[in-house]
Amino acid sequence: MAQKKSKLHELEIIVCIKPVPDPRKWDKLKLDPETMLLNRSQVPPVINALDLNAIEQAMQIKETNGGKVTVVTMAPPDAADQLQEALALGCDQAYLLSDIAFAGADTLATARCLAAAIKKIGRIDLVFCGAYSLDGSTSQVGPQVAELLEIPDLTHVVKLQIEGEGVKAECKTESADVIFESQFPALITFDREVNQPRLPGMVGIRRAKDISVVKWNAADLGINTDQVGLKGSPTQMLNVFTPTIGRKGEILQGSALELTSQLLSKLRTEKLLQ
Amino acid sequence: MDFDLPKEVALVKRTVRDFAEKRIAPLVPEMEATQKFPVSLIKEMGELGILGLITPPEYGGSGLGYLARMVAVEEVSRISAAVGVSLQVHHMGVATLVDFASEEQKQKYLPPLSRGEYLGTCAITEPTGGSDLLGMCSSAVSRCDGYLINGRKCFITNSHLCKAPIFVAKTGEGPKGISAFVVDADTEGFAYGREEHKMGLWGANTGELIFNNCRVPKENLIGDEGDGMKVALKIISEVGRAGMAATALGILQASFEEAVKFAKERTLYGKPISNLQAIQWNIADISAQLDSSRMLCYRAAWLKDAGRDCSIETTMAKTYVTESALQCSKKALEIHGGCGTMMEYNIQRFFRDAMVCISAGGTSEIGKLVISRAALS
Ligand SMILES: Cc1cc2nc3c(=O)[nH]c(=O)nc-3n(C[C@H](O)[C@H](O)[C@H](O)COP(=O)(O)OP(=O)(O)OC[C@H]3O[C@@H](n4cnc5c(N)ncnc54)[C@H](O)[C@@H]3O)c2cc1C
Ligand SMILES: Cc1cc2nc3c(=O)[nH]c(=O)nc-3n(C[C@H](O)[C@H](O)[C@H](O)COP(=O)(O)OP(=O)(O)OC[C@H]3O[C@@H](n4cnc5c(N)ncnc54)[C@H](O)[C@@H]3O)c2cc1C
Repeated sequence: MAQKKSKLHELEIIVCIKPVPDPRKWDKLKLDPETMLLNRSQVPPVINALDLNAIEQAMQIKETNGGKVTVVTMAPPDAADQLQEALALGCDQAYLLSDIAFAGADTLATARCLAAAIKKIGRIDLVFCGAYSLDGSTSQVGPQVAELLEIPDLTHVVKLQIEGEGVKAECKTESADVIFESQFPALITFDREVNQPRLPGMVGIRRAKDISVVKWNAADLGINTDQVGLKGSPTQMLNVFTPTIGRKGEILQGSALELTSQLLSKLRTEKLLQ
Repeated sequence: MDFDLPKEVALVKRTVRDFAEKRIAPLVPEMEATQKFPVSLIKEMGELGILGLITPPEYGGSGLGYLARMVAVEEVSRISAAVGVSLQVHHMGVATLVDFASEEQKQKYLPPLSRGEYLGTCAITEPTGGSDLLGMCSSAVSRCDGYLINGRKCFITNSHLCKAPIFVAKTGEGPKGISAFVVDADTEGFAYGREEHKMGLWGANTGELIFNNCRVPKENLIGDEGDGMKVALKIISEVGRAGMAATALGILQASFEEAVKFAKERTLYGKPISNLQAIQWNIADISAQLDSSRMLCYRAAWLKDAGRDCSIETTMAKTYVTESALQCSKKALEIHGGCGTMMEYNIQRFFRDAMVCISAGGTSEIGKLVISRAALS
């Protein structure tokens, strides 16, 4: 049993979740060659896998330190289902940011919406995101939200501890695992290794039924519609295509010495060796 | 008319599917090899909350209801019908307490059943014949502050996994001469008897409960003396049959999936056998029987949640779906050719499991008797 730390104030944690097409059904996902949009009708949305890690982390903190966990998504209205699941997992309240004006958002336009909502929700200690989404996968939304909120961000976190009035986080980088510390408030993005997300319990599912999801549109957020959606997106998608990766096999012949020099010259022409 | 599951029930279904695939599927080979129930799973099912689906929140459950319970048993049975049947009979024990027990009995027995300290059961059948309830021999003789029980229950699911079985015994003659009780397993004169070896549902514990001058205190009587027949009929027809239908529905779904997968993978004459019309017709039959089965099941559970009469609809579901599971798992097995008979393939397990579901919860003949009686009335 983790001990409840008495001196700490009740933490306010916000978790940003993104509905993504169920990875188990990606074989049914089709890209419309005309509109360059994914046809998602055959593939039901689920909570982005790493966002489940973020929720799990928030739950563990709540269980040890107390506090409140709020879940937010910018998505079409049927994402209420994913929010309901987050509530079933133990989150206390849920916000659905939905407006026709939000459609076609790039990462910046998404981050603007999320940041506006987080500001409106009020005092926060921690904002949690997944390190990346399974569909767009840019890893940009978390850091952009932090930038807009003017709070520090720690990304690709694989271990997190609450220490006093802040956090200590182990982050995975390409070269090393680095340990950072930050005061509250801070934004953290999580990698898959951080924990093993739980399943929603039946009692949680029953409890979630009685919590209603709060819905906010652009006007509720007080956000200018040319800052969000396709209009507010500096990124223009030019083309989406499936790269074709060909393989070529070649059999070299000769003595060992000949083979070696043939191989070396081939590797040099392919610029694989200097 | 809305054919979609309510949102929270859809979430129950997805969650239990996930749980069954991750936590139950790895246990199946061991269950098949040893025919033993994986005891550690009881606690896990308790933590997930599927043991308390029909238990009100004040006794540690979620009270999500019978449709949620239907889809949970279906999803568990899709992976392991043996676990499915154990779960469903557990709910029979729970339902008896919820519907008929005193406040003290509920407080004593329901919370540990929700937590998964042990599984529940409901012991009615005796060697004298499950179809002939009144033919039972077990006696409960009133003695000062309790009852003296003698008799033997057989074919009882979860028999050896239950620390407080619910059972019925004769306190008199005729339909009013049967009473329901709960017994603590450590009571003197109570013993677990033999464990059965069945042709299917390997790993589900089926066995005997033996009462040999067993003194059960008065406060263990469920309802009033003479209520036993009413209790048993309601629990069997509305809860037990729904549960067997759900178990068979899971087997049917699994058989459908295996049939489709095999038909697409197996190549003959240079093409997958799914190109052969004979195979397509079988797949069509399985598909339609699966869908009609599911609708019968869900409607029965929906009626129960609505507090409406559902015993005929539930009996229809039980009889039709268990028979369909047997027919369709046989067709799916045949689609597999010789492979279908090999123990490496799951389909032989589904077929054996489906066969065992026919008599559990009342045979098809008894089902038809109930349905035809209503139709002809
Ligand atoms: C195939 C594809 C390619 C794309 N390429 C680009 C591109 O190159 N540049 C670009 O700007 N946009 C791009 N987009 C659009 C981008 O996916 C969306 O703007 C999306 O809203 C956020 O980006 P992401 O999925 O990359 O999120 P990421 O930054 O990878 O997501 C990280 C985390 O941010 C949070 N988060 C992300 N979106 C939301 C949300 N809507 N609500 C709540 N929390 C959220 C979640 O916690 C998530 O785990 C692309 C989309 C697709 C489908
Ligand atoms: C896996 C499994 C689990 C079980 N779990 C439990 C449990 O948890 N609790 C419990 O109490 N019981 C349980 N049972 C027992 C089950 O309820 C009985 O097997 C069932 O009621 C049939 O009783 P029987 O086996 O004695 O068959 P019998 O009653 O002897 O029936 C023999 C045959 O006669 C037919 N028959 C009987 N009456 C008629 C009639 N009027 N008209 C036409 N045909 C008729 C039957 O259909 C059957 O074909 C379980 C059984 C199995 C196989």
